[in-house]
Amino acid sequence: MTARVLVGVKRVIDYAVKIRVKPDNTGVVTDGVKHSMNPFCEIAVEEAVRLKEKKLVQEVVAVSCGPQQVQETIRTALAMGADRGIHVEVSGKDYDSLGPLQVSKILAALAKKEEASLIILGKQAIDDDCNQTGQMTAALLDWPQGTFASELVIEGDKVKVVREIDGGLETIKLNMPVVVTADLRLNTPRYATLPNIMKAKKKKIANMKPGDLGVDMTSRVEVLRVDEPPQRQAGVKVESVEDLVSKLKEAGRI
Amino acid sequence: VHTVNCLRSFQVALCPMSSRTVTNIATEQAVNTGPMFPPLQTYSEEETMMREAVKKYAQERIAPFVSKMDENSSMDTEVISSLFEQGLMGIEIGTEYGGTGSSFFSSILVIEELAKVDPSVAVLCDIQNTLINTLLMNLGTEEQKEKYLMSLATDMVGSFCLSEAGSGSDAFSLKTKAEKHKDYYIINGSKMWISNAEQAGIFLVMANADPSAGYRGITCFIVEQNTAGLQIGKKENKLGLRASSTCPLTFDNVQVHEKNILGKVGQGYKYAIGMLNGGRIGIAAQMLGLAQGCFDHAVPYTKQRVQFGKRIFDFQGMQHQIAHVATQLEAARLLTYNAARLKEAGRPFIKEACMAKYFASEVATLTTSKCIEWMGGVGFTKDYPIEKYYRDCKIGTIYEGTTNIQLTTMAKLIDQEYDS
Repeated sequence: MTARVLVGVKRVIDYAVKIRVKPDNTGVVTDGVKHSMNPFCEIAVEEAVRLKEKKLVQEVVAVSCGPQQVQETIRTALAMGADRGIHVEVSGKDYDSLGPLQVSKILAALAKKEEASLIILGKQAIDDDCNQTGQMTAALLDWPQGTFASELVIEGDKVKVVREIDGGLETIKLNMPVVVTADLRLNTPRYATLPNIMKAKKKKIANMKPGDLGVDMTSRVEVLRVDEPPQRQAGVKVESVEDLVSKLKEAGRI
Repeated sequence: VHTVNCLRSFQVALCPMSSRTVTNIATEQAVNTGPMFPPLQTYSEEETMMREAVKKYAQERIAPFVSKMDENSSMDTEVISSLFEQGLMGIEIGTEYGGTGSSFFSSILVIEELAKVDPSVAVLCDIQNTLINTLLMNLGTEEQKEKYLMSLATDMVGSFCLSEAGSGSDAFSLKTKAEKHKDYYIINGSKMWISNAEQAGIFLVMANADPSAGYRGITCFIVEQNTAGLQIGKKENKLGLRASSTCPLTFDNVQVHEKNILGKVGQGYKYAIGMLNGGRIGIAAQMLGLAQGCFDHAVPYTKQRVQFGKRIFDFQGMQHQIAHVATQLEAARLLTYNAARLKEAGRPFIKEACMAKYFASEVATLTTSKCIEWMGGVGFTKDYPIEKYYRDCKIGTIYEGTTNIQLTTMAKLIDQEYDS
C-alpha cells in the first residue's frame, strides 16, 4: 500500500464571480471577492480520498501556499476527507508573484520531506490557467508524470493513467513515485457533509515557510499589465454565400 | 484585509461553541484582539463552511426537483435521504449518536439556505432539528436516546402532533386522551395539520392523561409509526409548501407503554411551549431564506429586462421599492440571527424569538408579492419560480404560532417589563 499522497490545493476567485480588472491595470480585484478551492484541485482531493477509502493509500496530505486565508481552503480539503494539512506561508510581494515555478519547488521539497509516493494536482488553476505546476514538479523530482488524467488506477507499484489528449484518450503506465494532474472527468467531487466539517476542525494543519524548505521564491516572471479582453464587436448578417465571400474578402480575411 | 482580521479574532471567541456560557463570552472577548463587538453577521469558520456546503448541495441536489415536488404535492425520497447523508437532520445531535454535533445557530443557517431553494424541504429539516431532536435530547431518558436519536440522525423522520381540528391556537384545549392501564396508556383521539406525517417513523403526540386537571394533564408520548390503531389520513391539498405532507391523524385505541412517555406525565404543556420558543426561530429562518431566495431570483431579472430604452431596475420607482424590500430583509435577518445567538448564549430570548418569527413571515409576504410585480407577467406563470415563493410564504404567518399569538406573547412580556 502506498504510504502517502500529497494533494496541492489552490485558493482562487470563485468561478461564478464576475472578474473586474483593477483601475491601475496591475491585476484583478480580489478584496472582498468570494474565493474558493480551484475546481480542478477539488477533483484532485476527491481522487486522493477515494484512493484512501479503497485502502490503496494510507494518508492524504493537503498542501496550500499563500497567506492566512488559504487555511480555509485546506480546511475544505480536510472536510472532504484529507487527513492533515500543510500551510506554506507566502504573503505580500512573494504572494503577488507566486507562480508554478515556486510552487513546484515547494511541492518537490515537501514530497521528499513527507516521503510521498504520489502527488495529485489539478491540471491548472482557473485564475492563471498556467497548466505548469504538475509538469514542473515532476521534472524537479525526476518523477514520471500522468497529466490530464480522466482515470487513475494503482496497480501494485505502478500507476495506470488514462489521459485526455487532443486525439482522444491515451493510456499510459508509470512507475511510482509519480505526479498526476486531474482533468475534469476524473471524478465528481463530494460535498463536505456537516459531520465531516465538524471532524475537520480537529485535524492538524502544520505551518511552515518556503525558507524552511530551502526554496528560493524569486519570480522569473514579471506581470507588466492586465487588461480586460476587448469588447466583442457586433457581427454582421449576410443574405447569401456570395455576400459572405465578398465581405470576407473586403475584410482581408481571405 | 481588516475584515478578515476581525473574523479571525472573533473566531478565537467562538470556538468551541458547545461549551459556551455567558461568563465564557466575557472572558473570551477580553482576550480578543479584534473589536469587542463584531457585527451580528459574523460567523465562525465552521458556520461559514456549513453554509457554503449546504448552499452548494441545495443548488445541485434539491433545486432540480423543486418544481416537480410542488406539482405532485410529494417530497422526493432521494431528496430526503440526501438530507440525512449530508448530516442535516441531526445537526445538534451528538456524534456519539451519529449526529453532526454542531450548534443551534448552524441549524438556523442550514434552514435558511435550504429555504432559499425550497421552503418545503426547509420545514422538514426545521421540524426535525428544532422540535423533534431538541425534545428528545433535552427530555429523553438514556434508553429513549439510545433507541431513537441515532435513527433520527441517520434515516428516520419525526413528526410533532399537537394541533387538532378543535384546537389550534388554543392548543391546550386538546381533546386527545390517554387512559392509564397498569404500565401502558391507551390513546384515543385525532390530530390535524401534522407536518412530515407521511414520512415520519416516530410521532411525538401530545395527549391528555388527566382531563380533570385541564392542561396540566397533557403528556408527551413517543408513538412509533407502525403502532396498531394509528391511522395517517389523506394529506391536505394546500396552497403552498405542497411538497411537505400535512395530514390528519387518528388514534384508535393506540397502546403506548409508559416507558415511551417523554419527560413527566402532565408536563407536556411546558415542554411544548419551551420547544416552540426555539422552533419559532427556525421558522423565522425559513421565512428569511424564502424571501431572500425569491429576491435573488427577481433582482437579476430587473437588471436584464429593458423597457422604454432602459433597464427596469433603473426606474426610480423600482429602485425605491427594491431598496425598501432589501431593508426589510436585512432587518428580518438581524432579528433572526440575534434571537438565535441569544438562545445559544443562554440569555432570555422568548420576546426576540416571537419578534423574529412575526417579522420574518411578514417580510416574506411583502417580498414575494413585490417580486411578482417586478417580474411582471412572467412572475405570474409557473415557468418561473417566483409564484411558488408567493404561495409558500403565506403559511409563515399561521403555523407554529399565528401572528396574533406572537403579538399577544410579546405584549405579555412587555407588560411584565414595565411592572414597577
